[in-house]
Amino acid sequence: MPVTKRNPRVRVMTGNEACAEAALAAGLKFFGGYPITPSSEIAEELSTKLPASGGKFIQMEDEIAAMGSVIGASLAGAKSMTATSGPGFSLKQENIGYACLTEVPCVIVNVMRGGPSTGLPTMPQQSDVMQARWGTHGDHPIIVLVPQSVAETVELTIRAFHLTEKYRIPVILLMDETVGHISEKITLPDPAEVKIYERQKPTVSPDEYLPYKHTESDIPEMASFGTGYRFHVTGLCHDQTGFPTNDPVEIEKQMLRINRKLERYRDDIIEVETAGDADAEIGVFAYGSTARSAKRAMLMAQEKGIKVSFLRPRTMWPFPDREVLAMGEAVKKIVVPEMNLGQVAHEIEWAVRGKAEVVKVNKINGEPISPIEILAAIEKAVQ
Amino acid sequence: MDNFDYTTFLREKKFPLIWCAGCGHGIIMKAILRAVGRVGWDQNDTVMVSGIGCSSRMPGYVDMNTLHTTHGRAIPFATGVKMANPDLHVIVITGDGDATAIGGNHFIHAARRNIDLTVVLLNNTIYGMTGGQVSPTTPRGKKASTASFGNVEAPFNISGLAQAAGASFVARGTAYGAVQLSKYIEKGLLKKGLSVIEAMSPCPTVFGRRNKMKSPVEMYDELRDQSVPVKKAATMSEVELEDKIVTGVLTDVDKPEYTAEYAKLIAKLGGSA
Amino acid sequence: MSKTKDNEAPPVIEINAEWCKGCSICIEYCPQDVLALENGIAVVVNLDDCNRCQLCDYRCPDYAITVK
Repeated sequence: MPVTKRNPRVRVMTGNEACAEAALAAGLKFFGGYPITPSSEIAEELSTKLPASGGKFIQMEDEIAAMGSVIGASLAGAKSMTATSGPGFSLKQENIGYACLTEVPCVIVNVMRGGPSTGLPTMPQQSDVMQARWGTHGDHPIIVLVPQSVAETVELTIRAFHLTEKYRIPVILLMDETVGHISEKITLPDPAEVKIYERQKPTVSPDEYLPYKHTESDIPEMASFGTGYRFHVTGLCHDQTGFPTNDPVEIEKQMLRINRKLERYRDDIIEVETAGDADAEIGVFAYGSTARSAKRAMLMAQEKGIKVSFLRPRTMWPFPDREVLAMGEAVKKIVVPEMNLGQVAHEIEWAVRGKAEVVKVNKINGEPISPIEILAAIEKAVQ
Repeated sequence: MDNFDYTTFLREKKFPLIWCAGCGHGIIMKAILRAVGRVGWDQNDTVMVSGIGCSSRMPGYVDMNTLHTTHGRAIPFATGVKMANPDLHVIVITGDGDATAIGGNHFIHAARRNIDLTVVLLNNTIYGMTGGQVSPTTPRGKKASTASFGNVEAPFNISGLAQAAGASFVARGTAYGAVQLSKYIEKGLLKKGLSVIEAMSPCPTVFGRRNKMKSPVEMYDELRDQSVPVKKAATMSEVELEDKIVTGVLTDVDKPEYTAEYAKLIAKLGGSA
Repeated sequence: MSKTKDNEAPPVIEINAEWCKGCSICIEYCPQDVLALENGIAVVVNLDDCNRCQLCDYRCPDYAITVK
């Protein structure tokens, strides 16, 4: 029998382990966390692997502190990340808002479990789709990515770092418990081949540097602490210099700028997968692990002669409203399976503007939604 | 007296200060800047991190790398800065409410971890910025906007809390004793590990007025009269010390510092930072 | 009697009236009674007695007074 050389990057691992590996490949240098099921394996992996690669891991005293440490480390120049789940995600929200307003790059992983409250720590739910978008107070930009598999967790973890460094918008990697804990065969990326955007350092001297300058790109250059640029960072509304301001004109200008980045760069930020029949009357919109059941349901429906189209966001926020509208214009009904009571279905109803009926398939009992259940909804929808 | 020109550390464009007439915070800020000047830290390599409240407005006036964070969270942000770049000198500015109410958990854990931060805690025994609500250090019986009949709770002994939690350097000074305070801060800056300098700061506007102290000077007189040097305090009974402020260096020990220990771990694993 | 030694220039006390809030701390704790309050602002009234101890500077919360 010929001996084939084993590729060390081909591995079987869980989504949580893959997330940790991918973050390292993306250049992660700081992780501040707090234990919480079902995300803890990410912290456990990084507690051993980060120091071995010269990075820093710290288990903070609580979720709030973990998020604060991540922002501090990023301001000192390190690619930074934390990982949590529902209850911890709630605790992090104030400091996530701080990162949004101060435009500090960081990645927040939320491995979703059942909620509210302590809920279902070991079971999946897509409980935090809305919290991921609107968890912190005030209008703010945020990017949310939703992987459906272990392999995609690798891709989207790396992409999360790419987007946060590029746009200076915090990125939330919204996994669900199924994706976090399922074991799958994947090929890890070669770190040498991972190319991600590095935050734009100042191109001007410290005297000329404005940390929140209104630039053509809407993305100010970012200095790190300790590099000679002695700038001020505050969670108060600030002007171009970074100092607090009460000037309504400047406040509006800054707030519109940070929020405008999402719309302006939406085509670069939003990724969706489309599949199925172009002339379908039924559309299926699904995300995360539920999308895998949904895709299977689509195939089963097609075997029965039902034409189905499929739309899956890899980016949940900003919401792929144009892509959803295009589906709404092409089909009569959109089936939306979610492990919640319809958080995204409402968003789809808004996006399709009455062009298609939205059929909700919901489950919040800790069990995944099976292909059979989605198939039943598709079959009912065509009647 | 030293001749260090602390104005080189000021963002004079941001003056006059937001603090009220007679507030101790400006005095304490100056004691810090003089201390930084004496130890010779480069302002490019120094980070000042604060939370929320009157005290936490300080970094806005200081020409360093400055970070005004969320309420109670200065220490976690500072921890991230220090871990990501241990070569930076990190000073945390916080208040009694910020550090021992909403941020109490971070305060004790930073002390336990003994991470190399210098925490200057401006204790004015009140929530000043929000209008004079009772704080964890408001003395029993004193009035506040949320304790109209006098505070019925017992106050924290902040320095005692820091000592018990494991900080390697703890000192207490006052805005009245600004010269000595600056010396305690200097020692804290040089200490490798968590340093806590509790600086008693009069709040004439929302504490003094409500508690029958008509002028700032009356409050500074009280600070002077209440202060007892730590050596003298050792000879006094608990009853005698009840309303006193024990000043001086209360703890100064050498123990493993967090970022140094972490650097050893990285070296052991063969990683390079 | 002036506290300034013969071979030394007399002290220069600068008061920034824009920043002074008139709290009176510098006045009350000056060991030589060099300062007074006029129209809500600290002023020098007795420069001759200044011994350059800088306590007014140390205790000025508003960076409004310097002694050179």
